[in-house]
Amino acid sequence: MPLYSKEILKHFRNPQNFGKVKNPSGVGEAGNIVCGDVMKFYLKIKENKKGEKVIEDVKFETLGCTVAIANSSLLTTMIKGKKLEYALKIKKEDLIKKLGKPFPPFKIHCSLLAIDALKEAIYDYYLKNKIKIPEDLEKEHQRIIKTKEELEKRYKNF
Amino acid sequence: MKKIYLDYAATTPVDRRVLKVMLPYFSEKFGNTMSLHSFGQEAKRILEESREVVADFLGAKSNEIIFTGSATESNNLALKGIAFANKNKERHIIISQIEHPCILESAKWLETQGFEVTRLKVDKYGLISPEDVKKAIKKDTILVSIMHANNEIGTIEPIEKIGKICREKGVLFHTDAAQSFGKIPINVNKMNIDLLTASSHKMYGPKGVALLFVREGTKIEPLLHGGGHESGLRSSTVNVPGILGFAEAVKICQREMKKEGQRLTKLRDKLIKGVLEKIPGSHLNGHPQKRLPNNINFSFDGVEGESIVMQLDFKGIAVSTGSACSSAKLEPNHVLLAIGLKPHQANGSLRLSLGRWTKESDIDYVLKVLPQIIKKLREMSPFKK
Repeated sequence: MPLYSKEILKHFRNPQNFGKVKNPSGVGEAGNIVCGDVMKFYLKIKENKKGEKVIEDVKFETLGCTVAIANSSLLTTMIKGKKLEYALKIKKEDLIKKLGKPFPPFKIHCSLLAIDALKEAIYDYYLKNKIKIPEDLEKEHQRIIKTKEELEKRYKNF
Repeated sequence: MKKIYLDYAATTPVDRRVLKVMLPYFSEKFGNTMSLHSFGQEAKRILEESREVVADFLGAKSNEIIFTGSATESNNLALKGIAFANKNKERHIIISQIEHPCILESAKWLETQGFEVTRLKVDKYGLISPEDVKKAIKKDTILVSIMHANNEIGTIEPIEKIGKICREKGVLFHTDAAQSFGKIPINVNKMNIDLLTASSHKMYGPKGVALLFVREGTKIEPLLHGGGHESGLRSSTVNVPGILGFAEAVKICQREMKKEGQRLTKLRDKLIKGVLEKIPGSHLNGHPQKRLPNNINFSFDGVEGESIVMQLDFKGIAVSTGSACSSAKLEPNHVLLAIGLKPHQANGSLRLSLGRWTKESDIDYVLKVLPQIIKKLREMSPFKK
Protein backbone atom coordinates (compact mmCIF):
# COMPACT_ATOMS: atom_id res chain seq x y z
CA MET A 1 0.00 0.00 0.00
CA PRO A 2 1.40 3.40 -0.85
CA LEU A 3 2.11 5.64 2.12
CA TYR A 4 0.82 8.80 0.48
CA SER A 5 -1.86 9.82 -2.01
CA LYS A 6 -1.10 10.62 -5.65
CA GLU A 7 -1.83 14.29 -5.02
CA ILE A 8 0.66 14.47 -2.12
CA LEU A 9 3.37 12.83 -4.20
CA LYS A 10 2.58 15.06 -7.19
CA HIS A 11 3.15 18.23 -5.14
CA PHE A 12 6.15 16.78 -3.36
CA ARG A 13 7.80 15.66 -6.57
CA ASN A 14 7.09 18.90 -8.32
CA PRO A 15 6.41 21.65 -5.80
CA GLN A 16 4.66 24.76 -7.13
CA ASN A 17 5.56 28.32 -6.17
CA PHE A 18 8.51 27.73 -3.91
CA GLY A 19 10.93 30.54 -3.20
CA LYS A 20 10.50 34.18 -2.24
CA VAL A 21 8.31 37.02 -3.58
CA LYS A 22 10.14 40.27 -4.28
CA ASN A 23 9.00 43.08 -1.98
CA PRO A 24 6.25 41.03 -0.35
CA SER A 25 3.14 42.69 1.08
CA GLY A 26 3.14 40.19 3.91
CA VAL A 27 5.35 37.40 5.29
CA GLY A 28 4.28 34.71 7.75
CA GLU A 29 6.01 31.85 9.50
CA ALA A 30 4.73 28.84 11.41
CA GLY A 31 6.34 25.86 13.08
CA ASN A 32 9.66 25.59 14.72
CA ILE A 33 13.01 24.27 13.57
CA VAL A 34 13.44 22.12 16.64
CA CYS A 35 10.28 20.12 15.99
CA GLY A 36 11.12 19.59 12.36
CA ASP A 37 8.74 21.64 10.24
CA VAL A 38 9.09 25.32 9.47
CA MET A 39 6.99 27.04 6.83
CA LYS A 40 7.18 30.55 5.50
CA PHE A 41 4.65 32.19 3.19
CA TYR A 42 5.27 35.34 1.11
CA LEU A 43 2.29 37.26 -0.31
CA LYS A 44 1.99 39.99 -2.91
CA ILE A 45 -1.39 41.63 -2.48
CA LYS A 46 -2.98 44.13 -4.90
CA GLU A 47 -6.36 45.80 -5.03
CA ASN A 48 -8.46 45.11 -8.11
CA LYS A 49 -10.72 47.64 -9.90
CA LYS A 50 -13.55 46.88 -7.49
CA GLY A 51 -11.26 47.73 -4.58
CA GLU A 52 -11.04 44.07 -3.47
CA LYS A 53 -7.77 42.72 -2.16
CA VAL A 54 -6.36 39.98 -4.39
CA ILE A 55 -3.37 37.68 -3.89
CA GLU A 56 -1.39 38.50 -6.98
CA ASP A 57 1.54 36.26 -6.12
CA VAL A 58 2.40 33.76 -3.40
CA LYS A 59 5.53 31.72 -2.66
CA PHE A 60 6.49 29.35 0.10
CA GLU A 61 9.64 28.09 1.78
CA THR A 62 9.37 24.88 3.80
CA LEU A 63 11.78 22.80 5.80
CA GLY A 64 9.86 19.65 6.47
CA CYS A 65 8.57 16.27 5.51
CA THR A 66 6.74 15.12 2.40
CA VAL A 67 3.30 16.17 3.63
CA ALA A 68 4.57 19.54 4.88
CA ILE A 69 6.01 20.35 1.44
CA ALA A 70 2.95 19.00 -0.41
CA ASN A 71 0.61 21.06 1.78
CA SER A 72 2.57 24.25 1.23
CA SER A 73 2.63 23.72 -2.52
CA LEU A 74 -1.07 22.85 -2.73
CA LEU A 75 -2.09 25.84 -0.64
CA THR A 76 -0.22 28.28 -2.88
CA THR A 77 -2.02 26.90 -5.96
CA MET A 78 -5.36 27.29 -4.19
CA ILE A 79 -4.94 30.95 -3.32
CA LYS A 80 -2.91 32.41 -6.18
CA GLY A 81 -5.06 34.99 -7.98
CA LYS A 82 -7.83 34.65 -5.38
CA LYS A 83 -9.37 37.23 -3.10
CA LEU A 84 -7.87 37.62 0.36
CA GLU A 85 -11.22 36.80 2.02
CA TYR A 86 -11.23 33.45 0.25
CA ALA A 87 -7.71 32.61 1.49
CA LEU A 88 -8.71 33.41 5.05
CA LYS A 89 -11.56 30.93 4.92
CA ILE A 90 -9.49 27.86 3.98
CA LYS A 91 -9.37 25.23 6.70
CA LYS A 92 -7.00 22.30 7.25
CA GLU A 93 -9.86 19.94 6.36
CA ASP A 94 -10.02 21.54 2.89
CA LEU A 95 -6.34 20.78 2.32
CA ILE A 96 -6.61 17.23 3.63
CA LYS A 97 -9.62 16.61 1.38
CA LYS A 98 -7.82 17.95 -1.67
CA LEU A 99 -4.69 15.91 -0.99
CA GLY A 100 -6.79 12.76 -0.86
CA LYS A 101 -6.08 9.35 0.60
CA PRO A 102 -3.98 7.69 1.86
CA PHE A 103 -3.14 10.46 4.30
CA PRO A 104 -1.40 9.35 7.52
CA PRO A 105 -3.46 10.74 10.44
CA PHE A 106 -0.39 11.81 12.39
CA LYS A 107 0.47 14.22 9.58
CA ILE A 108 -2.64 16.37 10.05
CA HIS A 109 -0.59 18.96 11.93
CA CYS A 110 1.40 19.61 8.73
CA SER A 111 -1.79 20.84 7.05
CA LEU A 112 -2.57 23.12 9.96
CA LEU A 113 0.97 24.48 9.83
CA ALA A 114 0.64 25.57 6.18
CA ILE A 115 -2.59 27.42 6.92
CA ASP A 116 -1.02 29.01 9.98
CA ALA A 117 1.89 30.32 7.91
CA LEU A 118 -0.57 31.79 5.39
CA LYS A 119 -2.65 33.42 8.13
CA GLU A 120 0.46 34.92 9.68
CA ALA A 121 1.40 36.39 6.30
CA ILE A 122 -2.05 37.98 5.97
CA TYR A 123 -1.82 39.21 9.54
CA ASP A 124 1.53 40.77 8.72
CA TYR A 125 0.01 42.48 5.67
CA TYR A 126 -2.86 43.92 7.74
CA LEU A 127 -0.47 45.12 10.38
CA LYS A 128 1.90 46.78 7.90
CA ASN A 129 -0.95 48.54 6.12
CA LYS A 130 -2.69 49.55 9.34
CA ILE A 131 -5.84 47.69 8.33
CA LYS A 132 -8.15 46.72 11.17
CA ILE A 133 -7.47 43.07 12.02
CA PRO A 134 -10.62 40.93 12.09
CA GLU A 135 -11.36 39.36 15.46
CA ASP A 136 -11.02 35.80 14.15
CA LEU A 137 -7.62 36.46 12.65
CA GLU A 138 -6.41 38.07 15.87
CA LYS A 139 -7.49 34.98 17.77
CA GLU A 140 -5.71 32.70 15.32
CA HIS A 141 -2.57 34.84 15.55
CA GLN A 142 -2.58 34.51 19.34
CA ARG A 143 -3.04 30.74 19.07
CA ILE A 144 -0.15 30.39 16.59
CA ILE A 145 2.18 32.40 18.82
CA LYS A 146 1.18 30.34 21.82
CA THR A 147 1.86 27.09 19.96
CA LYS A 148 5.29 28.35 18.97
CA GLU A 149 6.09 29.20 22.57
CA GLU A 150 4.93 25.80 23.75
CA LEU A 151 7.11 24.05 21.18
CA GLU A 152 10.12 26.08 22.22
CA LYS A 153 9.48 25.18 25.84
CA ARG A 154 9.03 21.49 25.03
CA TYR A 155 12.30 21.27 23.15
CA LYS A 156 14.30 23.62 25.36
CA ASN A 157 15.63 20.75 27.42
CA PHE A 158 17.24 19.03 24.46
CA MET B 1 13.82 1.93 -12.89
CA LYS B 2 16.89 0.79 -10.97
CA LYS B 3 16.01 -0.46 -7.47
CA ILE B 4 18.72 -0.16 -4.86
CA TYR B 5 18.03 -1.54 -1.40
CA LEU B 6 20.16 0.13 1.27
CA ASP B 7 18.06 -0.72 4.31
CA TYR B 8 19.60 -4.06 5.28
CA ALA B 9 19.54 -2.99 8.95
CA ALA B 10 15.73 -3.03 8.76
CA THR B 11 15.57 -6.46 7.18
CA THR B 12 17.36 -8.57 4.58
CA PRO B 13 16.04 -10.70 1.75
CA VAL B 14 16.23 -14.45 2.30
CA ASP B 15 19.29 -15.78 0.49
CA ARG B 16 18.15 -18.13 -2.29
CA ARG B 17 20.49 -20.81 -0.97
CA VAL B 18 18.62 -20.57 2.34
CA LEU B 19 15.20 -20.63 0.70
CA LYS B 20 16.09 -23.74 -1.28
CA VAL B 21 16.98 -25.67 1.88
CA MET B 22 13.78 -24.54 3.61
CA LEU B 23 11.24 -25.35 0.89
CA PRO B 24 10.77 -29.12 1.45
CA TYR B 25 9.96 -28.44 5.10
CA PHE B 26 6.66 -26.70 4.38
CA SER B 27 4.63 -29.30 2.51
CA GLU B 28 6.61 -32.55 2.42
CA LYS B 29 8.55 -32.74 5.68
CA PHE B 30 6.04 -30.82 7.74
CA GLY B 31 6.11 -32.83 11.00
CA ASN B 32 5.69 -31.56 14.53
CA THR B 33 8.86 -31.94 16.61
CA MET B 34 6.76 -33.32 19.50
CA SER B 35 5.24 -36.20 17.46
CA LEU B 36 6.60 -39.68 17.98
CA HIS B 37 6.27 -40.95 14.40
CA SER B 38 8.75 -40.60 11.56
CA PHE B 39 7.40 -37.17 10.52
CA GLY B 40 8.02 -35.89 14.01
CA GLN B 41 11.42 -37.55 14.25
CA GLU B 42 12.54 -35.88 11.03
CA ALA B 43 11.40 -32.49 12.35
CA LYS B 44 13.14 -33.07 15.67
CA ARG B 45 16.36 -34.06 13.89
CA ILE B 46 16.32 -30.84 11.83
CA LEU B 47 15.66 -28.78 14.95
CA GLU B 48 18.57 -30.29 16.87
CA GLU B 49 20.99 -30.14 13.96
CA SER B 50 20.11 -26.47 13.46
CA ARG B 51 20.65 -25.83 17.15
CA GLU B 52 24.14 -27.32 16.88
CA VAL B 53 24.98 -25.11 13.89
CA VAL B 54 24.09 -21.84 15.61
CA ALA B 55 25.58 -22.95 18.94
CA ASP B 56 28.86 -23.74 17.20
CA PHE B 57 28.85 -20.31 15.53
CA LEU B 58 28.59 -18.61 18.94
CA GLY B 59 31.02 -20.93 20.72
CA ALA B 60 28.08 -22.18 22.82
CA LYS B 61 26.68 -25.60 23.67
CA SER B 62 23.57 -26.64 21.81
CA ASN B 63 21.51 -26.93 25.02
CA GLU B 64 22.19 -23.22 25.58
CA ILE B 65 20.23 -22.13 22.50
CA ILE B 66 16.51 -21.30 22.77
CA PHE B 67 14.75 -20.61 19.48
CA THR B 68 12.16 -17.84 19.61
CA GLY B 69 9.93 -15.94 17.18
CA SER B 70 11.77 -12.61 17.04
CA ALA B 71 14.62 -10.61 18.56
CA THR B 72 11.93 -8.64 20.39
CA GLU B 73 10.75 -11.87 22.00
CA SER B 74 14.31 -12.92 22.87
CA ASN B 75 15.00 -9.55 24.48
CA ASN B 76 11.72 -9.66 26.41
CA LEU B 77 12.55 -13.18 27.57
CA ALA B 78 16.05 -12.16 28.63
CA LEU B 79 14.98 -9.14 30.68
CA LYS B 80 11.69 -10.35 32.13
CA GLY B 81 12.79 -13.96 32.43
CA ILE B 82 15.91 -13.10 34.40
CA ALA B 83 14.17 -10.42 36.45
CA PHE B 84 11.38 -12.74 37.54
CA ALA B 85 13.70 -15.65 38.27
CA ASN B 86 15.51 -13.39 40.74
CA LYS B 87 12.68 -11.23 41.99
CA ASN B 88 12.85 -12.41 45.58
CA LYS B 89 16.52 -11.58 45.92
CA GLU B 90 17.54 -8.72 43.67
CA ARG B 91 15.72 -5.98 41.80
CA HIS B 92 18.20 -3.81 39.88
CA ILE B 93 18.82 -3.90 36.11
CA ILE B 94 21.28 -1.87 34.03
CA ILE B 95 20.70 -1.00 30.38
CA SER B 96 21.84 1.85 28.12
CA GLN B 97 19.94 4.78 26.65
CA ILE B 98 20.55 3.57 23.11
CA GLU B 99 19.07 0.08 23.34
CA HIS B 100 16.41 -1.08 20.90
CA PRO B 101 12.83 -0.13 21.92
CA CYS B 102 12.09 -3.75 22.90
CA ILE B 103 14.75 -3.51 25.64
CA LEU B 104 13.76 0.02 26.66
CA GLU B 105 10.07 -0.86 26.86
CA SER B 106 10.66 -4.16 28.66
CA ALA B 107 12.76 -2.33 31.23
CA LYS B 108 10.09 0.34 31.60
CA TRP B 109 7.47 -2.34 32.18
CA LEU B 110 9.69 -4.04 34.76
CA GLU B 111 9.78 -0.75 36.65
CA THR B 112 6.01 -0.97 37.00
CA GLN B 113 6.58 -4.42 38.55
CA GLY B 114 8.84 -3.04 41.25
CA PHE B 115 12.24 -3.43 39.57
CA GLU B 116 14.76 -0.62 39.41
CA VAL B 117 16.41 0.34 36.11
CA THR B 118 19.60 2.33 35.43
CA ARG B 119 19.97 3.69 31.90
CA LEU B 120 23.60 4.40 31.07
CA LYS B 121 24.56 7.40 28.94
CA VAL B 122 26.79 7.16 25.90
CA ASP B 123 29.48 9.45 24.48
CA LYS B 124 29.17 11.40 21.23
CA TYR B 125 29.98 8.29 19.21
CA GLY B 126 27.41 6.20 21.03
CA LEU B 127 30.01 4.30 23.07
CA ILE B 128 29.19 2.99 26.52
CA SER B 129 32.00 3.22 29.02
CA PRO B 130 32.83 -0.05 30.82
CA GLU B 131 33.82 2.13 33.81
CA ASP B 132 30.25 3.46 33.94
CA VAL B 133 28.93 -0.08 33.98
CA LYS B 134 31.26 -0.91 36.86
CA LYS B 135 30.10 2.15 38.82
CA ALA B 136 26.42 1.42 38.19
CA ILE B 137 26.54 -2.15 39.52
CA LYS B 138 25.05 -2.35 43.00
CA LYS B 139 24.65 -5.08 45.59
CA ASP B 140 21.23 -6.00 44.23
CA THR B 141 22.01 -5.77 40.49
CA ILE B 142 20.69 -8.81 38.64
CA LEU B 143 21.47 -8.11 35.03
CA VAL B 144 23.35 -5.80 32.69
CA SER B 145 21.97 -5.60 29.14
CA ILE B 146 24.10 -3.72 26.61
CA MET B 147 23.70 -4.15 22.87
CA HIS B 148 26.61 -5.46 20.81
CA ALA B 149 26.19 -2.98 17.93
CA ASN B 150 23.71 -0.18 17.58
CA ASN B 151 20.99 -0.46 14.95
CA GLU B 152 20.87 3.25 14.09
CA ILE B 153 24.47 4.41 14.14
CA GLY B 154 26.32 1.08 13.92
CA THR B 155 28.61 1.75 16.88
CA ILE B 156 30.18 -1.44 18.25
CA GLU B 157 30.18 -1.50 22.05
CA PRO B 158 33.10 -2.79 24.16
CA ILE B 159 31.07 -5.80 25.28
CA GLU B 160 34.07 -8.01 26.01
CA LYS B 161 35.20 -5.55 28.68
CA ILE B 162 31.67 -5.05 29.97
CA GLY B 163 31.20 -8.81 30.13
CA LYS B 164 34.41 -9.18 32.11
CA ILE B 165 33.29 -6.60 34.65
CA CYS B 166 29.93 -8.32 35.04
CA ARG B 167 31.61 -11.69 35.49
CA GLU B 168 33.92 -10.29 38.19
CA LYS B 169 30.99 -8.70 39.99
CA GLY B 170 28.84 -11.82 39.71
CA VAL B 171 26.17 -10.07 37.62
CA LEU B 172 24.55 -11.63 34.55
CA PHE B 173 25.39 -10.02 31.20
CA HIS B 174 22.98 -9.98 28.27
CA THR B 175 23.76 -8.52 24.86
CA ASP B 176 21.36 -7.79 22.02
CA ALA B 177 23.36 -8.87 18.97
CA ALA B 178 20.52 -8.54 16.45
CA GLN B 179 22.58 -6.20 14.27
CA SER B 180 26.02 -7.74 14.70
CA PHE B 181 25.25 -11.48 14.51
CA GLY B 182 26.63 -12.80 11.24
CA LYS B 183 28.49 -9.56 10.51
CA ILE B 184 31.30 -9.49 13.07
CA PRO B 185 32.78 -12.30 15.20
CA ILE B 186 31.05 -13.23 18.44
CA ASN B 187 32.16 -15.76 21.00
CA VAL B 188 30.05 -16.03 24.13
CA ASN B 189 32.90 -17.42 26.20
CA LYS B 190 35.62 -15.04 25.11
CA MET B 191 33.23 -12.11 25.55
CA ASN B 192 31.87 -13.26 28.92
CA ILE B 193 28.28 -13.26 27.68
CA ASP B 194 25.58 -15.01 29.72
CA LEU B 195 22.64 -14.24 27.44
CA LEU B 196 22.61 -13.20 23.78
CA THR B 197 19.89 -12.28 21.33
CA ALA B 198 20.24 -12.88 17.58
CA SER B 199 17.76 -12.68 14.74
CA SER B 200 17.48 -14.56 11.45
CA HIS B 201 15.95 -11.90 9.20
CA LYS B 202 18.86 -9.50 9.72
CA MET B 203 21.31 -11.98 8.20
CA TYR B 204 19.56 -13.37 5.11
CA GLY B 205 17.40 -15.93 6.92
CA PRO B 206 13.60 -15.88 7.14
CA LYS B 207 11.53 -13.58 9.35
CA GLY B 208 9.83 -14.96 12.43
CA VAL B 209 12.87 -16.78 13.84
CA ALA B 210 15.40 -15.66 16.41
CA LEU B 211 17.33 -17.11 19.32
CA LEU B 212 18.30 -16.46 22.87
CA PHE B 213 21.54 -17.96 24.13
CA VAL B 214 21.23 -18.72 27.84
CA ARG B 215 24.37 -19.92 29.58
CA GLU B 216 24.01 -23.30 31.22
CA GLY B 217 22.91 -23.06 34.82
CA THR B 218 21.29 -19.61 34.45
CA LYS B 219 17.94 -19.34 36.19
CA ILE B 220 15.32 -17.89 33.88
CA GLU B 221 11.50 -17.86 33.82
CA PRO B 222 9.64 -18.47 30.53
CA LEU B 223 7.20 -15.95 29.03
CA LEU B 224 5.17 -18.61 27.24
CA HIS B 225 3.83 -21.59 29.17
CA GLY B 226 2.44 -24.67 27.46
CA GLY B 227 3.77 -27.88 26.00
CA GLY B 228 7.27 -27.40 27.33
CA HIS B 229 9.13 -26.86 24.06
CA GLU B 230 12.68 -25.49 24.09
CA SER B 231 13.47 -26.97 27.53
CA GLY B 232 10.29 -25.42 28.89
CA LEU B 233 11.51 -21.92 28.13
CA ARG B 234 9.43 -21.29 25.02
CA SER B 235 6.31 -23.35 24.56
CA SER B 236 5.00 -23.11 20.99
CA THR B 237 4.94 -25.51 18.05
CA VAL B 238 8.42 -25.33 16.60
CA ASN B 239 8.92 -23.37 13.37
CA VAL B 240 11.03 -26.05 11.70
CA PRO B 241 11.49 -24.53 8.21
CA GLY B 242 12.28 -21.15 9.79
CA ILE B 243 14.85 -22.56 12.17
CA LEU B 244 16.42 -24.63 9.41
CA GLY B 245 16.63 -21.47 7.28
CA PHE B 246 18.20 -19.59 10.18
CA ALA B 247 20.85 -22.30 10.56
CA GLU B 248 21.57 -22.34 6.83
CA ALA B 249 21.96 -18.54 6.90
CA VAL B 250 24.41 -18.95 9.78
CA LYS B 251 26.44 -21.51 7.81
CA ILE B 252 26.76 -19.06 4.92
CA CYS B 253 27.85 -16.24 7.24
CA GLN B 254 30.34 -18.57 8.91
CA ARG B 255 31.96 -19.17 5.52
CA GLU B 256 31.67 -15.69 4.02
CA MET B 257 31.63 -13.26 6.94
CA LYS B 258 35.30 -12.28 6.94
CA LYS B 259 35.56 -11.52 3.23
CA GLU B 260 32.13 -9.93 3.09
CA GLY B 261 33.00 -7.70 6.04
CA GLN B 262 36.09 -6.41 4.24
CA ARG B 263 34.13 -5.83 1.03
CA LEU B 264 31.37 -3.91 2.82
CA THR B 265 33.80 -1.85 4.89
CA LYS B 266 35.41 -0.65 1.67
CA LEU B 267 32.05 0.29 0.14
CA ARG B 268 30.92 1.89 3.40
CA ASP B 269 34.00 4.08 3.64
CA LYS B 270 33.76 5.07 -0.01
CA LEU B 271 30.18 6.24 0.49
CA ILE B 272 31.01 8.08 3.72
CA LYS B 273 33.98 9.84 2.15
CA GLY B 274 32.03 10.71 -0.99
CA VAL B 275 29.06 12.19 0.83
CA LEU B 276 31.15 14.22 3.29
CA GLU B 277 33.15 15.60 0.36
CA LYS B 278 30.27 16.30 -2.00
CA ILE B 279 27.60 17.58 0.36
CA PRO B 280 28.36 20.66 2.48
CA GLY B 281 26.77 20.57 5.93
CA SER B 282 26.85 16.78 6.14
CA HIS B 283 28.04 14.91 9.23
CA LEU B 284 28.69 11.27 10.07
CA ASN B 285 26.87 9.95 13.13
CA GLY B 286 28.45 7.13 15.13
CA HIS B 287 32.06 6.06 15.44
CA PRO B 288 34.30 6.41 12.35
CA GLN B 289 36.03 3.03 12.93
CA LYS B 290 34.24 1.14 15.69
CA ARG B 291 31.16 0.61 13.56
CA LEU B 292 29.43 -2.22 11.73
CA PRO B 293 30.88 -2.81 8.25
CA ASN B 294 27.47 -2.13 6.71
CA ASN B 295 26.18 0.88 8.65
CA ILE B 296 26.24 4.53 7.63
CA ASN B 297 24.37 7.33 9.37
CA PHE B 298 24.51 10.97 8.32
CA SER B 299 22.92 14.21 9.45
CA PHE B 300 22.35 16.96 6.91
CA ASP B 301 21.97 20.55 8.08
CA GLY B 302 18.76 22.27 7.10
CA VAL B 303 16.97 19.28 5.56
CA GLU B 304 14.30 17.01 6.95
CA GLY B 305 15.04 13.27 6.76
CA GLU B 306 11.64 11.94 5.80
CA SER B 307 11.58 14.07 2.69
CA ILE B 308 15.09 12.83 1.77
CA VAL B 309 13.88 9.24 2.13
CA MET B 310 10.87 9.90 -0.12
CA GLN B 311 12.95 11.73 -2.74
CA LEU B 312 15.45 8.85 -2.77
CA ASP B 313 12.56 6.40 -3.12
CA PHE B 314 11.53 8.24 -6.30
CA LYS B 315 15.02 7.40 -7.58
CA GLY B 316 14.69 3.75 -6.56
CA ILE B 317 16.92 3.99 -3.47
CA ALA B 318 15.52 2.54 -0.22
CA VAL B 319 16.95 3.97 3.04
CA SER B 320 15.66 5.12 6.44
CA THR B 321 15.72 8.13 8.77
CA GLY B 322 15.56 8.97 12.46
CA SER B 323 13.41 12.01 11.82
CA ALA B 324 10.43 12.77 14.05
CA CYS B 325 8.29 13.11 10.93
CA SER B 326 8.87 9.46 10.11
CA SER B 327 7.75 8.19 13.49
CA ALA B 328 4.16 7.93 14.64
CA LYS B 329 5.20 9.42 17.98
CA LEU B 330 6.55 12.52 16.18
CA GLU B 331 9.72 12.36 18.22
CA PRO B 332 13.25 12.25 16.85
CA ASN B 333 15.17 8.98 17.22
CA HIS B 334 16.32 8.35 20.81
CA VAL B 335 19.78 7.10 19.81
CA LEU B 336 20.58 10.29 17.91
CA LEU B 337 19.43 12.41 20.84
CA ALA B 338 21.49 10.25 23.22
CA ILE B 339 24.70 10.98 21.27
CA GLY B 340 23.97 14.67 21.73
CA LEU B 341 22.31 15.67 18.48
CA LYS B 342 19.76 18.48 18.70
CA PRO B 343 16.25 17.48 17.58
CA HIS B 344 16.62 19.36 14.28
CA GLN B 345 19.90 17.52 13.58
CA ALA B 346 18.27 14.17 14.35
CA ASN B 347 15.42 15.17 12.03
CA GLY B 348 17.94 15.62 9.25
CA SER B 349 19.38 12.13 9.66
CA LEU B 350 19.67 9.38 7.10
CA ARG B 351 20.65 5.75 7.67
CA LEU B 352 22.04 3.71 4.79
CA SER B 353 22.78 0.07 5.53
CA LEU B 354 24.60 -2.06 3.00
CA GLY B 355 24.40 -5.79 2.45
CA ARG B 356 25.17 -8.91 0.48
CA TRP B 357 23.89 -7.58 -2.83
CA THR B 358 25.24 -4.03 -2.60
CA LYS B 359 27.56 -3.30 -5.51
CA GLU B 360 30.07 -0.53 -6.02
CA SER B 361 27.89 0.84 -8.83
CA ASP B 362 25.06 1.26 -6.27
CA ILE B 363 27.34 3.41 -4.14
CA ASP B 364 28.29 5.48 -7.21
CA TYR B 365 24.60 5.95 -8.03
CA VAL B 366 23.84 7.19 -4.49
CA LEU B 367 26.79 9.56 -4.69
CA LYS B 368 25.33 10.94 -7.92
CA VAL B 369 21.72 11.28 -6.77
CA LEU B 370 21.94 12.25 -3.09
CA PRO B 371 23.75 15.60 -3.48
CA GLN B 372 21.12 16.74 -6.01
CA ILE B 373 18.28 15.81 -3.64
CA ILE B 374 19.83 17.59 -0.66
CA LYS B 375 20.41 20.66 -2.85
CA LYS B 376 16.82 20.65 -4.11
CA LEU B 377 15.35 20.34 -0.60
CA ARG B 378 17.64 23.04 0.74
CA GLU B 379 16.50 25.39 -2.01
CA MET B 380 12.98 24.99 -0.73
CA SER B 381 13.92 25.70 2.87
CA PRO B 382 13.47 29.05 4.65
CA PHE B 383 16.97 28.63 6.07
CA LYS B 384 18.87 28.53 2.79
CA LYS B 385 21.97 30.60 2.65
